[in-house]
Parts: sequence; C-alpha cells; structure tokens
Amino acid sequence: MALLEVKDLRTSFFTDAGEVKAVNGISFQLDSGKVLGIVGESGSGKSVTAYSIMQILAGTGKIIGGSIKFDGKELVGISEKEMKKIRGNKISIIFQDPMTSLNPTYTIGHQLMEAILLHTDRNKKQAYERAVEMLRLVNVNEPEKRMKQYPFEFSGGMRQRVMIAMALACEPDILIADEPTTALDVTIQAQIIELMNSLQKQLGMAIIMITHDLGVIAQMCDEVIVMYAGSICEQGTVDEIFYNPCHEYTKGLMRSIPTADTAGQRLQPISGTPIDLLNMPKGCPFAPRCDAAMKICTQDTAKPYDINENHRATCWMNIKKGVENGTIEIKGEEEQTNE
Amino acid sequence: MDIKKNPLSMHINVDSFLPASDEDKAYMVKMRPSSTFFKDGVKRLLKNKVAVVSFFIIVIITLSSIILPFFWPYGYEQQLGNKFPYPVDNSYSNLKPFEYGETEKARMEAGEKVFPHIFGTDAQGRDYFIRVVYGTRISLAVGFFASIIVLIIGMLIGSISGYFGGVIDLVLMRIVDVIYSLPDMLMVILLAAVLNVTLGDAIDKSFLKGIGGNIISLFIVFALLYWVSMARLVRGQILSLREQEYVLASKAAGAKGGWIIRKHLIPNCVSVIFISTALQIPSAIFTESYLSFLGLGVNAPMPSLGSLANDALNGIQSYFYRLLIPAVVVSLIVLSLNLFGDGLRDAFDPKLND
Amino acid sequence: MSTKTLAYILKRIGLALLTVWVVITITFFVMHAVPGGPFLREKAVSETAQAALEAKYGLDKPLIVQYGTYLKDIITKFDFGPSIKHRGQTVTGMIRDGLKTSVSIGLIAAFSALFIGVPLGAVAAINRNKIVDRIIMVFTTLFVSLPSFIMGSLFLYLFSQQLKWLPANGDKWTGYIMPIITLALYPLSYITRLTRSSMLDVFGQDYIRTAKAKGVSKGNIIFGHAMKNSLIPVITYFGPMLAYIVTGSLVVEKIFGIPGIGSKFVTSITDRDYTLIMGTTIVLAMLIVIMNLIGDLLYKVVDPRISFD
Repeated sequence: MALLEVKDLRTSFFTDAGEVKAVNGISFQLDSGKVLGIVGESGSGKSVTAYSIMQILAGTGKIIGGSIKFDGKELVGISEKEMKKIRGNKISIIFQDPMTSLNPTYTIGHQLMEAILLHTDRNKKQAYERAVEMLRLVNVNEPEKRMKQYPFEFSGGMRQRVMIAMALACEPDILIADEPTTALDVTIQAQIIELMNSLQKQLGMAIIMITHDLGVIAQMCDEVIVMYAGSICEQGTVDEIFYNPCHEYTKGLMRSIPTADTAGQRLQPISGTPIDLLNMPKGCPFAPRCDAAMKICTQDTAKPYDINENHRATCWMNIKKGVENGTIEIKGEEEQTNE
Repeated sequence: MDIKKNPLSMHINVDSFLPASDEDKAYMVKMRPSSTFFKDGVKRLLKNKVAVVSFFIIVIITLSSIILPFFWPYGYEQQLGNKFPYPVDNSYSNLKPFEYGETEKARMEAGEKVFPHIFGTDAQGRDYFIRVVYGTRISLAVGFFASIIVLIIGMLIGSISGYFGGVIDLVLMRIVDVIYSLPDMLMVILLAAVLNVTLGDAIDKSFLKGIGGNIISLFIVFALLYWVSMARLVRGQILSLREQEYVLASKAAGAKGGWIIRKHLIPNCVSVIFISTALQIPSAIFTESYLSFLGLGVNAPMPSLGSLANDALNGIQSYFYRLLIPAVVVSLIVLSLNLFGDGLRDAFDPKLND
Repeated sequence: MSTKTLAYILKRIGLALLTVWVVITITFFVMHAVPGGPFLREKAVSETAQAALEAKYGLDKPLIVQYGTYLKDIITKFDFGPSIKHRGQTVTGMIRDGLKTSVSIGLIAAFSALFIGVPLGAVAAINRNKIVDRIIMVFTTLFVSLPSFIMGSLFLYLFSQQLKWLPANGDKWTGYIMPIITLALYPLSYITRLTRSSMLDVFGQDYIRTAKAKGVSKGNIIFGHAMKNSLIPVITYFGPMLAYIVTGSLVVEKIFGIPGIGSKFVTSITDRDYTLIMGTTIVLAMLIVIMNLIGDLLYKVVDPRISFD
C-alpha cells in the first residue's frame, strides 16, 4: 500500500468573483521513502495540492471532492483535532519564502521547540537538546548561540535551513517542500538541494518536491507529476518524463530548457498565457497554447493513457497515435458514455 | 472519473483528430476588456453603496445651503421682534417649531400666508432654520477653502523640496518637522485669538467684514500650520517619480519610459493627493466647529454650526432641539465626507484595502 | 545600549526641546504683537497686577530683554508670572490646581481606551464579517467621525437631564463618568479599528501559515503568534492619542464644567488674561510634546527589527 494515495482530488476557491477551480480532479501515489516532484507554472495548482493535503487552505478554499489517504487513513473530512496531530508531526511542509515564514517576535529556539513540545513526549530540556541537534543536522553553525537569536539576524539560506530543521524535528513520514529554493540565490539553492538530498538518505522520509525548476526535479526526484491548470498532464519516472515526454505541454517545457546542444539558437518559449480558472471552458486547458491542438482538444478533455507501466499522459495526441497504430479501436460517433 | 488504463475502444468521430483552427481555440480564451486606471476606480467606487449614499448626502446638503437662502423669507440676522422704529415684540423669542409671533398671527388671521418657522426661533427672535442653513454654508465653505489653501501651499513647498533636493530640501524638511510636532489645536486657538484682536479692526473696515475676523484668522492659521502633511506627501510622490524616471532612463527605454510614467504613475500620484485633500475637508470642518463651540470661531451674528451648538447649551433643558439640530447636521457632514473619502481611497488605492 | 540607539534618543529629545522652545517663543511674541501690548490694552488690569508685572518684566524695557527674563523665569523656577485677571493668584498656582484634575481624567480615559479597545478589536478581527464584527465596525465608525463636543452634549442631555442617571458635574466620582467616557470614545474607537486591521493583516502573514502547518492550536496562534505582532501599530498610536486627550479636554471640561487646565486655557482667552494664556499654552504644549516623545521611543523599543535612523 502506498504511503499517500490521492484520488480524484478537487479543490476550489469560492471568491466574490466566482468559483476558482484550482485543482480539478488529480490522482497520484507516493511510496515510502520516495521523492515525488510536482512541476508546473504559477497557477497550475501545485501549491494548492500541497495545502489540500495538509488542510491549510486559505479562508475561501475548500476540498470539494476526492480522497486523500495517508497510511490507509482518510484525511478528507477528518476533524481539525485529528489533523493537528498530523501536521508538523507525520506530514511537514516548508514554504517558499523563508524571509516571511518565521515569526519575527519569537526566537528561533522557541519556534523550533514549539513543534517538538507539541508532538512528542519530551520535556523542555530534552526538546532544547533535540532542537540543537536538528540545527546541527542542517549545518547551522554555533547552534546554541543561534537558539537565542531572532529571525532577522539570519540570512535567507540559514532561515530555510531552520525551516527544514523545524519540519524534520518530529521525524515526519512525508516532507512537502513548496518551492523551497525559488526565493534564494543560485549558490544557496544548490546548498539547500544538496542538504535535502543527504537528509533524505539519512532519515528516509518521503518527499514531495514542488517546483517550476526542471533542474531541481532532475537532481532530486524519482517520479514526476506535470500539472497544468489544475489537472495532471503527465506523470511517470524522471527518466520517462525527461527523455520521452508524451504531452504537448511537457514537450514544450523540455524544449524551452537551454542546453549545450541548443547553444546559439533561439529559445523556444511556450506562447500565450494560462487559462482563466474562473471560467474553465470545455476541452483540454492547454489547447489554446498548443501548436498541435486538434478539434477534439477544444471540445473535450482527454482520457488518461498509459504509455507504459511507468508513464501516463492525458493528451489526445497519444490517443490519436493509438488509433493510428491500431492499439485503440474507435467505434464512430455514438453518444458518449462513461465506461 | 473512472480511469481507464487502455481505452481499447472509444466513441469518437474520426474528424475530431483534424488540427484545430485558430477560431476553434479562440472561444476558449475570453479576454477581459482593458480599461484605464480612472475608469477602474470609478467602477469600484460605484459598487461601494455607503460611499455613493454619502456622496448624495453631501451634494444635497451643499446645494441646499447655497440655494435656500436665496428664496427664504427670513435673514439669519433678522431679529423678527425688533423692527425699528416699532417697540420690541418679545413674542418672537424662543418660538417652538411651527409657532408664530403675535404680529404674524394677526397677519394670518387677516388671510395672509406666513412662511412657517420650521425650527422655531432663538432667544433673539431669529428664524432658526435659516441660521442653521447659513451655519452649514459657513462650515462647508471653511472646510473647502481651507483644504484648497492647504493643497496649494503644500503642493508648492512639497514640489520645490522634492524637485530641487539638496540644501533646500533639507532646510524645508526640518521646518516641516518642527511645525509637524507643534500641538496644532493649541496653536490654532492661540493664533486665531490673537489675529482676531490685531487684525480685527483692519478687517472690519474692509470688504472682508461679512466673513468676520475669526474666520480670516482661521484661514491664516491653516495656511501657516496645516500644509505640512500635504507637503510631505507631494514630496514623497515627486521623489518616487524621479526614481522611476531615473531607472527607466538608465534602461534606455526612451519615449516608452515616459509613456509608462504618464499612464500609471501620474494618475496614482494625482489620486493620492486628491484623496488626501478630500479627507482634509471634514478635518477642517471639524476644527472650525470645534473652535466655534469654544467661542473662538465666527463672530456674531454670523452663525456656525459649532457656535449654534454652543449657544444652545444654555437652554439645553427646554430647547434641546436647538442643540440637536446643528449637532446632527455637522455630524452628518463630517461623517458623510469621511465615508466618501474612505470610499475614494478604497476605490483608487486598493493596496490599502482591509 | 548601542551608540546608534543613544544617538536616536538624544536626537528625539533635542527635537522635543526645540519644539517647546518654539512654542514659548511664538506664544510670547504673538501675545506682545497685540497693539498696545497685552498688559496695557485692557483697562481692567488692576493696580497690583500692573505693579507686579512692572517689577517682574520691566515693561518699558526692550522686548528682547522681557523675553529673556520670561524665559529665564520659566526654565529656572517654572514661574509664569501673576495672573492679570485673578488678583493675587499666580499663573503657576492656577495651572497646578487644574493640572491634577485634568491629568487624572485624561489618564483614566487613556487607559480605558487602551484596555477596552484592544480586546474589542481582537474580537472583531477573529470574527471577521460576522454579526459581532459588523456591529463593532458600525459603532466605531460612528464614534470616530462624530465630534466630541456633540457626544458630550448629547450625553449631558440624555443621562443628566432626561434620565437623571448621572450628575452633570461635582465632586462625587460619579460626576466624572460622563466626561471620561466622552473623552475616551474617539481613541477607543480608533484603537479598536487599528487593532482589528492590524490583526487581520497579521493573520494573512506567512509565519501564521507556518504555525498552522506545525499543528499549533488556534488559540495559541491568535494570542501567541499573532498578538505580539499586532500590537506594534497600536503602540505607535500612544503619542497621538495622549495629544488628542489633551485637546479633547478643552471641550469636555467646558461642557461638564470641570475646572481643569483645559477650561482655564479657554477662559483665559476670552478673559484676555495674557499671562494665563501664555502659561497654559506652554504647559499644554509641553504635555503634548512629551507624550509624542514617549510614544516614539516606546515604538522603537518594542519592535526589534527597526533600525535607529
């Protein structure tokens, strides 16, 4: 049984302007000790997915459908009291901007010890020692001195390390990292990624790495989910996705990375802008920007198609290819029924 | 949605696999119409019901205060029982609303139509309704003109300071600091009292007699003290404009840079300054009525809402409505102006919304 | 204490002193700008007062010298001279009598505004957009816009004359209830709104999201994580609030007939008691400047992030 099973998750935000369908029916699994990457543009729903799992959606957000099973236990609909025991304890999350994610009026020590005291049986002294141990683990020097300091005395990279320490203090089964390096300098980015890799090997927790940076995916992840406009376009192992992308959007992403081979050539961005989540039209959400779009793409969303056991894509192009090489049989136009 | 791993059979029309045309795609993307900063703001403002209602209240009050005196049969200083050379008729003092004095009653019995005293009369037999209207006029005029004075002086000094910078800026801002830290009410009262005494004689001889020494003093005091916030604001706006220009120029944008400034930054500056002025008006009206209430405002017989309230304090037992009416009117004016100003700010400066 | 901090404190104190000096100077020269001089213009100045003033300031000496004497007397002895209108009384004495009353009323009003306003604002923020919040917002908007002399007069009429619940004035402590309430209403409403918007702002911050993600309870988030950060803007309001209370006391003391320093100031102007005018103006101004200074320094102390420049 997988550690985390997400089935047909739907999350919407009910704003004054209407219902924003941020996550529109996604399904994936996470196994113990594996690193899963979620990649997509801003607005693709990747952060909302994470917040849905942790159930820390902002005011107007609600999970309106689907299931999230953690270790066999259903999370959607459980009481807040039960969820509090899981947050920071069994599932932890670190956020994008370390500069604003720590409370400026509490010491680092206080914030570290808070989670430990909340979720474990340790007394204050033991919690203190555990906190110092965690700081050492994330390579913060002079940990005892640091415990008494305030966040504004730390640099961005150090604050992110503290966040990681806070998240791992209770030995969670899953660590969710929501764009942890986006707000940091490039050199610090590399350090943090390296730290997370080594911690993963040491402690063995599963990680969900959310990012828009394909380089990070390549360095850290075993499997990848590509999201666009609240749906999953394509999912599979890192090798499959990188070397054999089967969704037009993923192909576009791969094409837009400058590599040594493409040196001297024009960069190929994906044209157009993302779709309006307030008024989702019928059809594939990527169709307006897709050069290879077909008429059916503007009329209906594709069904997920397994390219092999490690790779699934939701793109009409694959179905067309399937039709062309005979693996899929079409029965002409009859009324569409859900089989 | 049931996930089918390998749809071995599907119901699809083969033609659907033909490439999609641009028209096919176009329906999926609905563009929202773009509009200017000003139009956006006005739209937001109109959605704010409280602000719209407040605006109408202000307009109605202002129009009445301007128009009514023209066709009202009574003057604000007209003591109805005191027509020279007839003996003083006390029946006109302290009439309750819709009561009439002796001679008026006589005229009515003779078949004449006499315009009613809607709010009665005061202790000197003056029609109270028209006095309230005049009081409103004074309050509104003071509020408006004081704000204009503050705007002009503040803009002048703020622009000079911001544009020239250097020593001029330094000196001006130090002066601003000191004036800003002065306790304004005290200075206002003091200066108003003194100016009234010193300039009072001079004013009485000139064309400004109708307005009264105290009000002139009030304007002078406003001119001397209240421009500082506006100056700081304008200076800040000019400094930020300069910074944007510098940055754009260094990016060699040329004409395009100027366009960006004109289209986005200047409307923003203007709106900030406009809103600040708009919110200055209720503050000025409040100051004027406060001073008048203390007896330091307009000169008798010219009424002000504050002085009317002050006069009514003595008769509060028997004639409570004489206090209530100016109180309600001034409260309504200040409240409506504040709510409208708040609405303006929410509409045109959405970064500050709650 | 670091040198930067010290430099800042000294700079602020310096500005405060400068302001007080400016007030004294303006007051002095403005008073003497009245043609014929303040002391000579009004015929009703008594013989004794004339003589006393003559002795003190030497009324025929040049203005600058008089100014110097005046300044010296204030700085060294807190002596503002004799009252012109009230025979035999010194300005300093009269001010001292009035100060006691005014300060006690003012402080009680200030504390009420603070200790009622902050919890009220917190309640409003926690229950955002629910009935409780809407009611609080309506009332505070009202009280923030209505001039204090209106509220005061209404209270006087309602509670004293019509309902006969509270005495209009007097020595019993009940006579002070209405003045204090009238004085406190505006700052209370302002603090409530300030606390509310400040808390709402804090609730939207990232570090609150982090706390929630750690499993911290709602109560702990509101009163632990959020509260400290929310109070910072409220503390910046201290100075202006106390300044408002000083000016508000002018109106309140008039309506309720309280013989505090505020009412002395107002009557001194209508009486043309020039030494009293000058004395009360200067003392009131000093109070305001000191309050603003305290507020400024307090703010820098509370927020560890602010740099001292």
